[in-house]
Amino acid sequence: MSLWEYANPTKFMRTSGAVLPFVVAAAVLSCAGGIIWGLSVPDDYRQGSTIKILFIHVPAALMAINVWLMMLVASPIWIIRRHHVSALAAKAAAPIGAVMTLIALITGAVWGQPMWGTWWEWDPRLTSFLVLFLFYLGYIALWASVEDADSAADLTGVLCLVGSVFALLSRYATLFWNQGLHQGASLSVAPGERMSAVYRYPLYLTMLGFFLLFLALLLIRTRTEIRRRRLAALLARENRA
Amino acid sequence: MIALLIRDLRLAVRAGGGFGLALAFFLITCTLVPFGVGPEGGTLSRIAPGILWVGALLSCLLSLDRIFALDHEDGSLDLLATSPLPLEGVVAIKALAHWLVTGLPLALAAPIFGLLLHLPGPAYVTLVLSLLIGTPALSMLGAFGAAVTVGLRRGGLLLSLLVLPLYIPTLIFGAEAVRRSAAAAETTTPLVLLAAITLFTLALVPFAAAAALRVNLR
Repeated sequence: MSLWEYANPTKFMRTSGAVLPFVVAAAVLSCAGGIIWGLSVPDDYRQGSTIKILFIHVPAALMAINVWLMMLVASPIWIIRRHHVSALAAKAAAPIGAVMTLIALITGAVWGQPMWGTWWEWDPRLTSFLVLFLFYLGYIALWASVEDADSAADLTGVLCLVGSVFALLSRYATLFWNQGLHQGASLSVAPGERMSAVYRYPLYLTMLGFFLLFLALLLIRTRTEIRRRRLAALLARENRA
Repeated sequence: MIALLIRDLRLAVRAGGGFGLALAFFLITCTLVPFGVGPEGGTLSRIAPGILWVGALLSCLLSLDRIFALDHEDGSLDLLATSPLPLEGVVAIKALAHWLVTGLPLALAAPIFGLLLHLPGPAYVTLVLSLLIGTPALSMLGAFGAAVTVGLRRGGLLLSLLVLPLYIPTLIFGAEAVRRSAAAAETTTPLVLLAAITLFTLALVPFAAAAALRVNLR
């Protein structure tokens, strides 16, 4: 089993079709379990009940970045080796990543209002997430506006590579520009800053849940893209005949 | 390469539009801001560094689609692509031509616009310097955006959506340098970082832009 076997859409469809129900079930179970567990934890002594937003906010933020990373890996695989499924997977991933970024921003705002007294602050982390969202928008818009499928995959692939570099640059440039309110790493391993186990374990579960959710959505969307491509090919053949 | 540069410069100057337009747009932006925020000198001089940089950014954006669009329409881009000159070189020269007709005049004229916005005294030199250092990166990134969108029918709006996020690091360091010098603080760090971004952009983005052009010329 190698990545290159799945460049064959038929093979990808067969395997992903077999795996999909299990991924969906696992995603639903771990998301629901994690969120219910998260809602039942005791209130934090400083943050009160707003700590429960954490169980959506942190996994969404994590996936917002990881989805872009996945696109960053998928793009060169397409550009260099013409792995069609890889290009379609990157296309399918972008809207999921954009929504994850939006969820992270919105839940962050909802949490920030009672905690920091403001919905929005030009903090480096917040700002770089907004920038990431803009990059997602540009990427999606470019996919939508190029008609030829292969050219669109090429152009968005190049954009993803260039965009990654500049998203990263913006991340550190904003750090230079403004010192923020947002705390550092949420899951620091340093003993003094470590989050209490009461909050940590449900958080791990929702993080796993969001990852599985992304995987399930990605598989579904990629399968849709492949079917759409097949349909277009069939229609083109019919028109020729 | 020199011939291409001279040709592009001639076209830009003689065809009208591109050359003076960026400056005029910059002037209008700087004129509109006081109407928006009120004419108090204190407020204006506080926001002047940011406004000047954002204005420069937007005026640069205005003429980006012309970098490749006209050559694509009349087919000379295909000729350039098949010429012995590597496409990366073509991109770099075209970005240079764009910078010479927009970035350079903007940087040189910026003190006048700074005057309009009550930019504090010590910041003028830094303003010109930071624009001189930063605008080549704007032109190069713009050439990349133009290369990506060259074949599209309604590329203009998409171009700004693609290019503006790429401008963020340049804007941050450029405006920060001017802001610091307006506050009479040390400006070496942002200027050096700005130069780093420009050099990095000039070194690597031509390859990405040429790759995008090749896709669009296929």
